[in-house]
Amino acid sequence: MALPPLDSPQWQSPWRAFAWGLRSITQTILTIVLFVTYLGIGALAHDTHFSLVWALASTLFVWAGPAQIILITTLGSGATIIQSAIAVTVSAIRLFPMVVSVLPLMRTPTTKRRELVFAAHLTAVTLWVECHRFLPLVPRERRIAFVHGLGCGLVSVCLVANTVGYFLAANLTQTLGAAILLLTPLSFLFSTARNSREVADVVALALGIVLYPLAARMNSGLDILVSGVAAGTIAYGVHWWREVRA
Amino acid sequence: MSFAQLIGDWHALAVLFVAGVVPNQIWRMLGLWFGGGIDEGSELLVWVRAVATAILAGVIAQIVVEPPGALSTVPDVLRYGAVGAGLVVFLLTRRSIFAGVVTGEVFMLAGKWWLG
Repeated sequence: MALPPLDSPQWQSPWRAFAWGLRSITQTILTIVLFVTYLGIGALAHDTHFSLVWALASTLFVWAGPAQIILITTLGSGATIIQSAIAVTVSAIRLFPMVVSVLPLMRTPTTKRRELVFAAHLTAVTLWVECHRFLPLVPRERRIAFVHGLGCGLVSVCLVANTVGYFLAANLTQTLGAAILLLTPLSFLFSTARNSREVADVVALALGIVLYPLAARMNSGLDILVSGVAAGTIAYGVHWWREVRA
Repeated sequence: MSFAQLIGDWHALAVLFVAGVVPNQIWRMLGLWFGGGIDEGSELLVWVRAVATAILAGVIAQIVVEPPGALSTVPDVLRYGAVGAGLVVFLLTRRSIFAGVVTGEVFMLAGKWWLG
């Protein structure tokens, strides 16, 4: 499937642009990665005793895989609401620069801020990557509709994956259930590693994994935050040191 | 599974909004409102990105080190081995997410089968 040329009459209707966005989910391998990740999230929600509606609501209203997993694992391991909220909000800070960089791609001089609220909600790493790829091929005045279509398509795929994962975890043998739960750490590890272009990203990822078991021994209830801030700050230090030397 | 089981309890849904939706959504809305004046390449954002990546790394480690549910029935050596084998193949295949995930899964399942 190729998108119509920029001057095609196909782009005159916002609904058509929405439909093109929706269809574009078939044009990216990231859709499969998302499906697999959300299969794992559905299974994780089941095994930590959350309801299916809870899992679906988290996908609809949070729409950020890492935040959903942090929420499920921290609440599931007995953290307080405050501790979970802090871990979630720190993980979500990365959405801020994503929204900042992606919205100008859709804005026209007459765009009102409220027209961008839904696009901002849909912004997460997959959409961010795909916007940079697809939007140059979409006429500027139809980009918001296109992104709404793309985002709704991706959310739908993930809702289906959640449901499938939830019921698989409930009905499969223990070994296959374990295999589905293992999908989440594997897909996150490799998709994050793939997106790590700078040394600071690689150091943060590797050190974050190594430091977590150490932080967990302190039993503070904020293990993930402790190891995350420590590893992230060291990674930033490496970045800073290289800049100074360069 | 009954309808009530599908919904679960309302308390858990309230916790979802307080601990999950609001703390997550606040950053998107701040990006929407104040985004214009922030320099994407600023040093603060480099640090923020590094910490966010490290937190995600911690979550990955937590699931493997302190596995939930059915994953806890898999011996330590198989879970660590699966991640290690997947990582090696991921790097050898020029960062193919698919190859890495499949290798990790096959390693774990083959190990489970072999150990009985």
